[in-house]
Amino acid sequence: MAVALTPGPPSAPSDDRPRTIVNSVSHGDRIFRLVMRAAGLAVLLMTGLILVFLVLRSLTAFRAVGFHFFTTSTWFISTNQFGIAAILPLGVLIAVIALIIAFPVGLATALFIAEYAPPRLRRTLIAVIDLMAAIPSIIVALFALYFVMPRILGTTAWLSHHLGFIPFFHNPLPNAPASFVASTFIAGLAVSVMVIPIITSLSRQVFSQAPQGEREAAYALGSTKWGMIRTVVLPYGRAGVIGASMLGLGRALGETIVVSFVLTPVYAFSWHVLQSGGNSVTYMIANHVLDAGAKEISALFAAGLVLFAMTLVVNTIAAIIINRSRSGATASAD
Amino acid sequence: MVTQKAGPATTAGTTTPEGTATAPASTQAAESRVRIVRISLAGTATLWGAVVGALALVWVLYERVLPFTGALGFWLCWYAVFLVFYASMARMQWDRRDVINRVTAVAFAAAGALVLLVVFGTDLYTAVRGAASVVHPSTWTQSLAFAGPDSPLSVGGVAHAIVGTLEQIAIATLFAIPLAVATAVFLSEVGGALARPVRIIVEAMTALPDIIAGLFVYALFILTLGMQKSGLAASLALTVTMVPIIARASEVVLRLVPGTLREASYALGSSQWRTVWNVVLPTARSGLATAVVLGMARGIGETAPVLIVAGMTKEFNFNPTSGPQISLPLFIWNYVHIEGVTPQYIARGFGAGVALVLVVLGLFTLARKLGGAAPGELTKRQRRQLARQGARA
Repeated sequence: MAVALTPGPPSAPSDDRPRTIVNSVSHGDRIFRLVMRAAGLAVLLMTGLILVFLVLRSLTAFRAVGFHFFTTSTWFISTNQFGIAAILPLGVLIAVIALIIAFPVGLATALFIAEYAPPRLRRTLIAVIDLMAAIPSIIVALFALYFVMPRILGTTAWLSHHLGFIPFFHNPLPNAPASFVASTFIAGLAVSVMVIPIITSLSRQVFSQAPQGEREAAYALGSTKWGMIRTVVLPYGRAGVIGASMLGLGRALGETIVVSFVLTPVYAFSWHVLQSGGNSVTYMIANHVLDAGAKEISALFAAGLVLFAMTLVVNTIAAIIINRSRSGATASAD
Repeated sequence: MVTQKAGPATTAGTTTPEGTATAPASTQAAESRVRIVRISLAGTATLWGAVVGALALVWVLYERVLPFTGALGFWLCWYAVFLVFYASMARMQWDRRDVINRVTAVAFAAAGALVLLVVFGTDLYTAVRGAASVVHPSTWTQSLAFAGPDSPLSVGGVAHAIVGTLEQIAIATLFAIPLAVATAVFLSEVGGALARPVRIIVEAMTALPDIIAGLFVYALFILTLGMQKSGLAASLALTVTMVPIIARASEVVLRLVPGTLREASYALGSSQWRTVWNVVLPTARSGLATAVVLGMARGIGETAPVLIVAGMTKEFNFNPTSGPQISLPLFIWNYVHIEGVTPQYIARGFGAGVALVLVVLGLFTLARKLGGAAPGELTKRQRRQLARQGARA
């Protein structure tokens, strides 16, 4: 696409004016751009439609309980005592735990791939991270429920016994092994498997774009490898890492299957993440929508609307940060 | 750990332009090459000493002295003790800066190893637990129509779910490719004021809660338009989740096409859509194929979107447009989570898991094969074709 040129050199004689370049768009091009623009609009429209339909379907529930939807913890549909006051924060707690685990692991893996791994291992690891993103969540759920859960109970029980004075690790029934099963912490640990590939692959892309000149400058000043990473790579990639983590948080907030397999549902909020029982909006939708009456379906749509709005805000901020960190730099394919 | 073993390869990315790392150090001091990373006996011995020492100490304490249980706790303790051992052993020999450098390198490598372990661990565990089910040929040829909760594993299988999975992903891909690639072309080739919000929304939608896609299709097509639960509805839900993923990956690939190629095409007088159709898309073909296949691999494992809209059945249903149609993830969800009452059902669930992992791995291998080529790099067949055309001209 030709664009109007900037005026010619300043020393040009006054009568030698720059030619105006006419960029005539052909008929075919006009149609082409129209169609492509329509495709872009369709994606926006899809997001808008999701919002519209969630709002429409949740009206019944909001009419029934109004603002109490946000302040009620229980889920009794027939008596109009239902809300997300416990469900939503419990789900957020799972996502935060997942992020606390996934952030250091993802960041360290990204640094290892971008800075330490020899080229052949690097290619393999990039493929493995892609594969990790493609592992079906239901496979992770099976793994978490049947492999991880029985093997981690000893550790969580130990944490609760010895660090129980910290409110997070408290368990009111520390001597009953069953009180550690199906806890928010185990759900968060399992969800972190879904978050690690997002953080790793986005951070790695940013790290690999850190300017070569500055790296060499750091080495020339006598820096060790870690010194170079700390002073060049990490500051350069900071925005990208923050964006990647937020996108990971959005993914963790929406994780359904792993959470459903691991958790036993409760309807009261509790900070005791090692204690059996938890909940999330996604859990409620996945496990209740198939045998729900019209009013409960509406309530589930309302919960879904809140979740969608929340993740959309988190993800959009994340995407803006990521795009800003990427602007100017050329994109990398892998 | 890897830093030290990697030796010369690691330095290649930093400073040394000459690739001949094996050149023997010359005796003339002025010309001798400085080797940045050395594999020294002391370094390797320190590392392995810390590994073994930590293992021995943790075993004695964890298994014999202290009242600890749980395999994961054991390895966590081992890792912590190992880092302390390594740091203190290194501190005895080297200065502080060097110690920090070495400890961080080992910690990062451990994170990489952990990720590898998780990826292969989940797949291997599924394979081991599913082995009892997948060895029976009935798993691959029969549906569950004539099998009850207590039927032996040699009766009934997951073939109906495999059919559903393949049909649903095929339809979803058919829907998703045109929309996603067109969006990517819009973002990278057309641009304009609209491009920025679209790019941000596409990126945000890649992490859309997967169950929301199912809810949306349920609200629009089933509750509002009166469609029945079917494989087609499931495909639509998968489309909603796949479009942003494919669009984002495709845009990244399209932006890698060199601008000079586009300019050459314009200079020859072609219009924009001709340039996109004949230059940009063919150049990025292998990358686009990778993007699509990776999107398929992501879509095929999605359970939550299809959970609400696909319906549940024990029988073969080859027609995606009518009647409930089960898929592999949904099969696992139903027989392990909802009805996981008998060991047979759980074994069948793991069997379906093996089938699912195999499909994902197959798609993934395909993606790697396709994606091996850089933009513009020709395959053998394309090169032969070009040679033939050249000979004819």
